[in-house]
Amino acid sequence: MATLIEVNELKKHFPIRKGIFSRAVGAVRAVDGVSFTINEGETLGLVGESGCGKTTVGRTVLRLVEPTSGEIKVRGQEITGLSRTDMRPLRRQMQIVFQDPFSSLNPRIRVNEIVGEPLKVHGVGNKTERNDRVEQLFKRVGMRPEQMTNYPHQFSGGQRQRVSIARALALDPSFIVADEPVSALDVSIQAQVINLLMDLQSELGLSYLFVSHNLAVVEHISHRVAVMYLGRIVEYADKVSLFANPVHPYTEALLAAVPLPDPSLQRTKHRVTGDVPSPINPPSGCHFHPRCPIAVARCSEERPMLREIAPGHQAACHLR
Amino acid sequence: MAPVLEVSGLSTVFHTRRGLVRAVQNVSFSVNAGETLAIVGESGCGKTITALSLMRLVPVPPGEIVSGSVKVDGNDLLLLDEPAMRKARGKQISMIFQEPMTALNPLLTIGRQIAEMVVLHDGLSRRAARDRAVEMLNHVKIPEAERRAREYPHQMSGGMRQRAMIAMALACKPKVLVADEPTTALDVTIQAQILDLIGDLRREFGTAVVLITHDLGVVAETANKVVVMYAGRMVEEASVGEVFANPKHPYMTGLMSSIPRVASARGLTGIDATARLTEIPGIVPPLINLPPGCAFSPRCPRSEDRCLAAIPPFEVKGPDHSAACWRA
Repeated sequence: MATLIEVNELKKHFPIRKGIFSRAVGAVRAVDGVSFTINEGETLGLVGESGCGKTTVGRTVLRLVEPTSGEIKVRGQEITGLSRTDMRPLRRQMQIVFQDPFSSLNPRIRVNEIVGEPLKVHGVGNKTERNDRVEQLFKRVGMRPEQMTNYPHQFSGGQRQRVSIARALALDPSFIVADEPVSALDVSIQAQVINLLMDLQSELGLSYLFVSHNLAVVEHISHRVAVMYLGRIVEYADKVSLFANPVHPYTEALLAAVPLPDPSLQRTKHRVTGDVPSPINPPSGCHFHPRCPIAVARCSEERPMLREIAPGHQAACHLR
Repeated sequence: MAPVLEVSGLSTVFHTRRGLVRAVQNVSFSVNAGETLAIVGESGCGKTITALSLMRLVPVPPGEIVSGSVKVDGNDLLLLDEPAMRKARGKQISMIFQEPMTALNPLLTIGRQIAEMVVLHDGLSRRAARDRAVEMLNHVKIPEAERRAREYPHQMSGGMRQRAMIAMALACKPKVLVADEPTTALDVTIQAQILDLIGDLRREFGTAVVLITHDLGVVAETANKVVVMYAGRMVEEASVGEVFANPKHPYMTGLMSSIPRVASARGLTGIDATARLTEIPGIVPPLINLPPGCAFSPRCPRSEDRCLAAIPPFEVKGPDHSAACWRA
């Protein structure tokens, strides 16, 4: 499988400005040296709790947010330095689906225009061809073409998310960042959207960066998974190996915390204590050490680097 | 043991310009001391309106509780006048909300908010109430409670705020605690902490807990009894073990097979994590325009003619297990 996206040591620091001259007095290290690859037709799941930087990673990879440093390569081509004009052809290949289908669709235009807008912006075809394409996209995401002239408020959450997906597909992208695409949906609707995303992948050979806090959904849809904590990837492995043999204490804690829909299971209660620290002033060394049940002195002094624990399974922990 | 909370035949409607919305219809359940009853369902199923009806916090108008009774230790809250109800809220029955930031007063310190309630209900002096507030914050395991009591809600993290709200809700030792999606806004590691905390306090104080949630995982881990709601009605009620092992209503069966599971429900692998999820087709019907007959019938794989014609009665289908389905 060919590599589609390659990210190396990606960093995004948001300056914190104070005073009348807006001097930078510090920085939120939202993404602090993240590296991963996504192959063609593959889904990389990015999990973590709120504030861990997973959404920023998704947006930075698409250069919706400019990275502070690091490399982003699409099919080997470095895109961080490209001008807007040079980015344009690449934008067609990279799309995004947002979490909240209520705020990501313009309430004042009809959904066929929403889905057709990328085609218009990139000057694809004439009006009839564009209309045909929109209709085809509508059918593809499981909606009826007669709904095409409705406004977003006339649809339920699940249907709106289908509209967002249709818009993302309009330009035949090869890569889609899906940022919590099912988190705002009801349980019975989530399955519909997850199945749709997976069907589209096998049909069109799409690659996904699937950002979510829901471990069960990530496990279901991903091929490989990266776990983030405070701006860094702490564990990175193929799905089966990560969920069967989590190595990093944070991954273990996350998995132990997920409530399981089966009352007959007696689970060991490994609860992590404390809150996620602020990314403005993260703990020294390993960011997780203040909450880690097995931390030793070294953990607070030295940053553990990602290293291979087993083939295809990396973790950033001194002790494992 | 007589149940602490006994709800029977509760119906709440909203008078809107587009017509009458029957948000909650004929809901009955009971909860014993120290027990947790979970009400599960999706958005719009009436679970939050049920919770608000128990507290009599449904805005009137447009809302109206049209029938039923909500008895705490035998006293029907729906018969109380407003001053008496105000005395009951916090003392007899208390509630915690999904988003603690909007439920707490941003202008008062945490300690002051808790103390205010204790002064009103238990008639303690301000100093004694203040001590009670700190004691409660300790109880909900907020570190450095003395200092935290002097902080404002915005200075705390989401998990801490939810702890503070629990401390406030339980400060006057109410008999019933209504928790409306108490962990939905929280991260999963914090959620686990808060659920453990609610469980510990329930056992310690003998509080009867009504937990409103959409998360079957949360239900399985915390509840003793489960009520499943769909489109304003109860469709299933059973003990937690029963409802997961042997769901009767096709809606519940559908929900259970539509959720992806962490395969590291260790030992219980053999779940194929890449298999297609079973979908429940269609969407939740709008309450203003319910289909005739069983509200779930348009989405139900097992529906037949009579499901479309008449609403199935909520009846006993097995030991300790009731459901509203013609086919169950």
